[in-house]
Amino acid sequence: MSERDDHELRISKIENGTVIDHIAGGHAPDVLAILGIGSSTDEVVSVGMNVPSDRLGHKDVVKIEGRELSQDEVDVISLIAPAASINIIREYGVAEKHRVERPAVVEGVLSCPNHDCITTDGEPVTSRFEVLDDGVRCAYCETILRENLTEHIDV
Amino acid sequence: MLDRDHVITAKNLSRADIETVLDRAAAIERDPPDRDRHAGRLLGLCFFEPSTRTRMSFEAAIKRLGGDALDMGPVDSSSATKGESLADTVRVIEGYADALVLRHPSEGAATMASDFVDVPLLNAGDGAGQHPTQTLLDLYTMRENAGGLTDLTVGIMGDLKYGRTVHSLAYALTKFDASQHFVSPESLRLPRSVRYDLHEAGAQVREHEDLDDVLSELDVLYVTRIQRERFPDENEYRAVAGEYRIDAETLDRARDECIVMHPLPRVDEIAPDVDPTDHAHYFEQAHNGVPVRMALLDLLLDDTDDGEAVDATEDDSANGGSR
Repeated sequence: MSERDDHELRISKIENGTVIDHIAGGHAPDVLAILGIGSSTDEVVSVGMNVPSDRLGHKDVVKIEGRELSQDEVDVISLIAPAASINIIREYGVAEKHRVERPAVVEGVLSCPNHDCITTDGEPVTSRFEVLDDGVRCAYCETILRENLTEHIDV
Repeated sequence: MLDRDHVITAKNLSRADIETVLDRAAAIERDPPDRDRHAGRLLGLCFFEPSTRTRMSFEAAIKRLGGDALDMGPVDSSSATKGESLADTVRVIEGYADALVLRHPSEGAATMASDFVDVPLLNAGDGAGQHPTQTLLDLYTMRENAGGLTDLTVGIMGDLKYGRTVHSLAYALTKFDASQHFVSPESLRLPRSVRYDLHEAGAQVREHEDLDDVLSELDVLYVTRIQRERFPDENEYRAVAGEYRIDAETLDRARDECIVMHPLPRVDEIAPDVDPTDHAHYFEQAHNGVPVRMALLDLLLDDTDDGEAVDATEDDSANGGSR
């Protein structure tokens, strides 16, 4: 059975929306957190976790009915799921397919964990983080954040 | 001319920028400019934290250039107490002044403020972040007293984690290929972001907990205060503080030419018996704040002035990189 056949058995096709594929195994909840999807969501969401994958060994898959992701959302997903692919689904078919690319900078999507940073001080400023090979760095106070990025998502 | 409009972090000052400022400062010391060189120019002093040396040396610098300072006064009597944002404050004061000096307790404050103003903005300390103009006077003092800036072996001791002067100095010394030795208790080591930058820049860096590991190699020993308020436990502070205090006897183990510097104010990390020794250069270092800040303001204000630039090309014997 091919990888594709395997997921289709596990998670049904969607008519319109987004499929986020090739998320590293166990990170689907982080992607849901980035997208603001929690237990009280009204959205129709399918999640496959630790699905066998030729490329990753095990992967997670998230399918969201009726929603196409914004570039900001894709940028943040790229930070925690750099191998992910984004499939935009229209009329049951793949209309667009993108590999995520780590941007040089993410703006307005993370909050700085440094309580002494000027961005946490009520100033009219949008958070800005430089993307490093292994984390992100606040463009204002220069704090480097490598772990637990999802705790600082502010999309 | 400086290749920038604002002075926010030492990381963004090129070696050429630094040398331009230091050369200009040396020229100003040799041949002070006319008292009306920047007549009519106003420098806005926005100090959201107490300061004596930095504030007064900027004020002295602009006045010695013929200009004047506008001081927003103590922060507890400023509009900040009414809840005005920093972004609004600097935009307002920009309308009154030709350049701004900002000290603020929040890290990144100067970076943010510079996004809101068109006049030159100088970072005079942003929390535990950066203090680039202090670094310029530190480098000037080293260049004048340690035989140049290239190939120096510099020990930096004290609170390296929260010491903004240390962070700026480390970036600047890297541009001159200095060998840097950081001496501190484990809990006050350099922050992750500075270590990252030094690594990326290929800096020659070693870290120590004991000054004696490196003291005899140093051309410069730069001491900063171990900040008692940073320790959650007074006993923990007392356990380390004594290890990072120097006196004249400590310096018996240093090279005769080793110069001792400190951004001041000191508390007890340098004993008074060091003051009369040839090692002590911290008061001269503080005095250098005026010519160096005069040089910086002169360069930044030059673009819109009609005045002739101070000639920094003659008698550069003190400017060389050789030692």
